[in-house]
Amino acid sequence: MLFTSYEFIAFIAAVFLLYYAFPLKYRWTLLLVASLGFYAIADPRYLIFVGVTVVSAYFTCIKMDAMNLEQTSYLKEHKEEMSTADKKKYKETMKKKKRVFLLIGLLVNLGILSVTKYTNFVIESINSVLSDASRLSTVELIIPMGISFYTFQTVSYVIDVYRGTERAEKNIFKLSLFVTFFPQMVQGPISRFGQLSKTLYNPEPLNSKMISMGIGRIAWGYFKKVVIADRLITAVTELVSKPESYTGTYVFIAMLFYAFELYCDFTGGIDITIGIANTMGIKVAENFNLPYFSKNIKEYWNRWHITMGTWFTDYIFYPISVCSPMLKLSKWSRAHLGSFIGKRVTVYLSSLAVWFTTGLWHGAAWNFIVWGLMNFVVIMISQELEPLYTKFHKKCPWYKKAPYTVFQIIRTILLMSAIRMFDCYRNVPLTFKMIGTMFTEFNLGAFTDGSLLGLGISGADYIILLAGLFVVLGVSLIKVRVGSVRAFIYERSEMLYYTAVAVLTIVTFVFGAYGVGYDSSQFIYNQF
Amino acid sequence: MEELLEILESLHPDVDYENCTTLIDDKILDSFDIIAIISEIDNTFDVAIPAEEIIPENFNSAKALYELIQKIAEE
Repeated sequence: MLFTSYEFIAFIAAVFLLYYAFPLKYRWTLLLVASLGFYAIADPRYLIFVGVTVVSAYFTCIKMDAMNLEQTSYLKEHKEEMSTADKKKYKETMKKKKRVFLLIGLLVNLGILSVTKYTNFVIESINSVLSDASRLSTVELIIPMGISFYTFQTVSYVIDVYRGTERAEKNIFKLSLFVTFFPQMVQGPISRFGQLSKTLYNPEPLNSKMISMGIGRIAWGYFKKVVIADRLITAVTELVSKPESYTGTYVFIAMLFYAFELYCDFTGGIDITIGIANTMGIKVAENFNLPYFSKNIKEYWNRWHITMGTWFTDYIFYPISVCSPMLKLSKWSRAHLGSFIGKRVTVYLSSLAVWFTTGLWHGAAWNFIVWGLMNFVVIMISQELEPLYTKFHKKCPWYKKAPYTVFQIIRTILLMSAIRMFDCYRNVPLTFKMIGTMFTEFNLGAFTDGSLLGLGISGADYIILLAGLFVVLGVSLIKVRVGSVRAFIYERSEMLYYTAVAVLTIVTFVFGAYGVGYDSSQFIYNQF
Repeated sequence: MEELLEILESLHPDVDYENCTTLIDDKILDSFDIIAIISEIDNTFDVAIPAEEIIPENFNSAKALYELIQKIAEE
């Protein structure tokens, strides 16, 4: 069921009405039924996969939580008679016992993800180095919808309980809702148990402001998705599917179009998700903070797909960086290779692991792995150049002025957009070749000879796109100054707010890209 | 505490570590800085800070970080 389908809108409307007919205390049960229904409509077999995830997380976490409690109470009881060494030994023993359940939880969940998503990638990678006669055949596998998102969400819960930072959920049905909450099933955000569970099981009671804010956010999400992203996808598909025809400046055009398409598609989808949750009194973590206003790539990754970035930082980057072998390696490097390398070895190796897995998480293809590694290279180069930037900024105080900030923002957008071209072309060598043609073939006539009108979108579409992007830019600039634009308008005039939402909805219906020749598209991040 | 302040000042000399209590909240320290600090702490104090202790409350101020080092050293 596509977010942009009429079936989905009808589904949401039905859930919404039933939700508020339920007593506050039991509203989560309706959400669970709706979430499982949403999943079953997509494919009933998906429920088996999600069921295994829930059951494995439930039992391993109950066990680890019991051990955490046992440890606390034992240490409290024997506080006086135990020496520091005894306590340390006891904690180590308990940790080892807990680790067995942690491993079961991780192996089951990451195992399902690995087998369903990456088996054919591994087979195809092996085949690429084998002769034709000895090639292995690929297998037909079901890839459950949103598996990358719900698996990561579940893994974070299992690790948090292991660490003792979260208590295990005793009610398996409540845990099922945390794993399957349908608005975020399609493309995240990747919520944490500590944050989402509180609001999911104890939502805010009905109030008009909350519902109005939610509906406004949904309307804004649909506007970006249907009016802009779904219009741009036609041109992007045409440009990247015929690399032999569209080189040089056309690659640059494809790069910009894809940057805007992805932004409107992904942020639009997240707006719909958060908006739906808000109308039900549930707060879902924010996933974006005006990423296209970032002045450097590090800042960009703190503002784009925030919940994924923090997931990788908390569960991959930090654990690898501070694990005992890594600290030993750091010490050894300082002693034998000098402090310059010793200080860097941890950050470099951990970042490499993070970006390799981030690439792999996005898709089972070398394009995504190279995309991740390109991010790693650029981040590390900018990290090494930071002292130079600092010197430059001290010598040139005008670096804080608007023109330089605009330069930094445009530079970051272009850099990120170029790296993102690995999403678009069919393989890695082709992507490098096409990016290369941007610097070697300048066919500026592409802008004036009418060929832009041959990309599947008309002159009227370009006018709608320009107007739509202008609105997105305007709203983003206002957001920098006032925070939530919806709240800003609502607090000043409710009438003005409702009028704005109504106008936005009508504009989306009238100018949405779903007429003849268009096919409302699945969200890009759904495939991850 | 002086040794810890030296470690912190080597990363961002302009920050007032004795009074600042929002090192993470205000994004003064990023994840790379945190790892550099943990590595230096391991080197200087022989105290290994585990991943589960890397939370904003423990890194928002030099004082909180020093208390964390003492707590781990005592365990």
